[in-house]
Amino acid sequence: MKQSLFESHYQAEWQCFAARLDALERGKATREDCQGFAAAYRQLCQQLALAQTRGYSPHLIEQLQQLAMRGHQQFYRHRSQLGARLLSFLFGGFPRLVRAEWRSVALAFGLFFGSLIGMGLLTYFYPELIYSLMDPDQVQNMESMYDPDAHRLGRFGERGSSDDWAMFGFYIMNNIGIAFQTFASGLLLGLGSLFFLLFNGLTIGAVAGHLTEIGYIHTFWSFVIGHGAFELTAIAFSGAAGLKLGWALLAPGRLTRGEALRQAARTSVQLVGGVILFLLIAAFIEAYWSSMTYTTPTVKYAVGAALWALVLAYFLLVGRRHAPD
Amino acid sequence: MPSTAVRHAPPAPPTAPLDTRLRIETPEGIDLILRPASLVPRALAFTIDLAIRGLILGVMFVLLFTLGQFGMGLGAILMFLVTWWYMVLFEVLNQGRSPGKQIIGLRVVHDDGTPVGWGASLTRNLLRFADILPFGYTLGILSCLNSRGFKRLGDIAAGTLVIYRDRSAERPPLAAAEPLRAPFAMNLEEQRALLEFAERQGGLSAARRTELAAILAEPLGVSPEQAEARINGIAHGLLGSA
Repeated sequence: MKQSLFESHYQAEWQCFAARLDALERGKATREDCQGFAAAYRQLCQQLALAQTRGYSPHLIEQLQQLAMRGHQQFYRHRSQLGARLLSFLFGGFPRLVRAEWRSVALAFGLFFGSLIGMGLLTYFYPELIYSLMDPDQVQNMESMYDPDAHRLGRFGERGSSDDWAMFGFYIMNNIGIAFQTFASGLLLGLGSLFFLLFNGLTIGAVAGHLTEIGYIHTFWSFVIGHGAFELTAIAFSGAAGLKLGWALLAPGRLTRGEALRQAARTSVQLVGGVILFLLIAAFIEAYWSSMTYTTPTVKYAVGAALWALVLAYFLLVGRRHAPD
Repeated sequence: MPSTAVRHAPPAPPTAPLDTRLRIETPEGIDLILRPASLVPRALAFTIDLAIRGLILGVMFVLLFTLGQFGMGLGAILMFLVTWWYMVLFEVLNQGRSPGKQIIGLRVVHDDGTPVGWGASLTRNLLRFADILPFGYTLGILSCLNSRGFKRLGDIAAGTLVIYRDRSAERPPLAAAEPLRAPFAMNLEEQRALLEFAERQGGLSAARRTELAAILAEPLGVSPEQAEARINGIAHGLLGSA
């Protein structure tokens, strides 16, 4: 078949297909546009292959190639059943993933909580150590946040209860930002994640040790214990995700470094998804529960302990059996 | 027998393109041609996106400032969304195109040419933080200029490409000529070369056309001056009449 005949034979089909693509690309496709799309797309691919093997002119092939490319983009479009995927991730996928990645998770937890507890104990026994990490101004500022005489605790502590919302916003921006940085800097051979894990661990440990030592025990510990269950574990997980990226670059095994990185990133980004969920929960607890002062510290300790137990049980137990579909 | 064997030899596999285009085979058995966008168009798209984000934040902060504490909380969440999620949301929900990319004519796809999804988009945009280190996208630019698909570090890890969206070209006019048969058998490559010459001549100067056509004067058995008209005739013969 000569090219002109081929073109006049199929021209109408191509125009119809292009119109359909236009509608789909602008997101204004009707039910009729989608019906028979797969068949039309396959037909076009076949015509393109024919045109190539018959040596038709480059312009025609280019035109068909563009149609095929646009059809491919629409046909393989990402279907996001976000709600369902989120639920199955929360009730199975995330704890399973954490257990499967126990090596990097254990390393990150060791680094973060090890430096936190170590620095906490050191600062408790050698109080002047806090000044090696923080300015006197910062220490002063922090002390005033947890002053037992204050009515509300934490940042924005001196303001009224109508500001919980402002705190919620601030915690989301600040904490998730820190988690993202901890993850992303893992690409620098894991050094960035290592730095952020240790830096945050040391700072939080120093603050905890210092405040305990000067006797702000109840105000500080009753404030942090609740959301700490989610916040601290989330920071450690984001470090684990970053360390996994770095490790893929350092020791790619039998893969090329690029391929190892791609595979590691696919897993890591799921961990980061879990981190985001955890930090949202943490910000909510921190803004609306931790800052309350009309409950006694005993209640807060009990709730805090229950939350820690909940988090622990979640990662140890959830998702052991196959989730119902 | 040997002569027929030579004539019916299977066509050579398509050679890799000489330029930066990438050839991706799809499950339908065709090759998609992707044209990765290099540093400059990507930087332009990013600048446009940056300006849009700045504008959104500026306007919203003025509005939210009047709302007091509630506005402050909302502003912080908005700041978070615009900083970390602007690109991800647009890329996934708007077929790989943030507003800047849409204006410049780019889109993000997976390495295999399929539209970008949540995981890959989140990966490439979170790792932007590593690309901007130590200042002004230094690592990203170095990686972009060093890799085959102009990938920054985030693209390498996420397995994504930023490609041009092709715009459809006008049908090139052919010079009028009487359809002719070629005096010798042509393989596919030669046939394509003749047709391409016929279609591209609108963009060539007369002297260059004559010069190119003269290469074929001897096999066509005509004088160099007549070669161009002869080639046009053969091209018309190949295309046939509708």
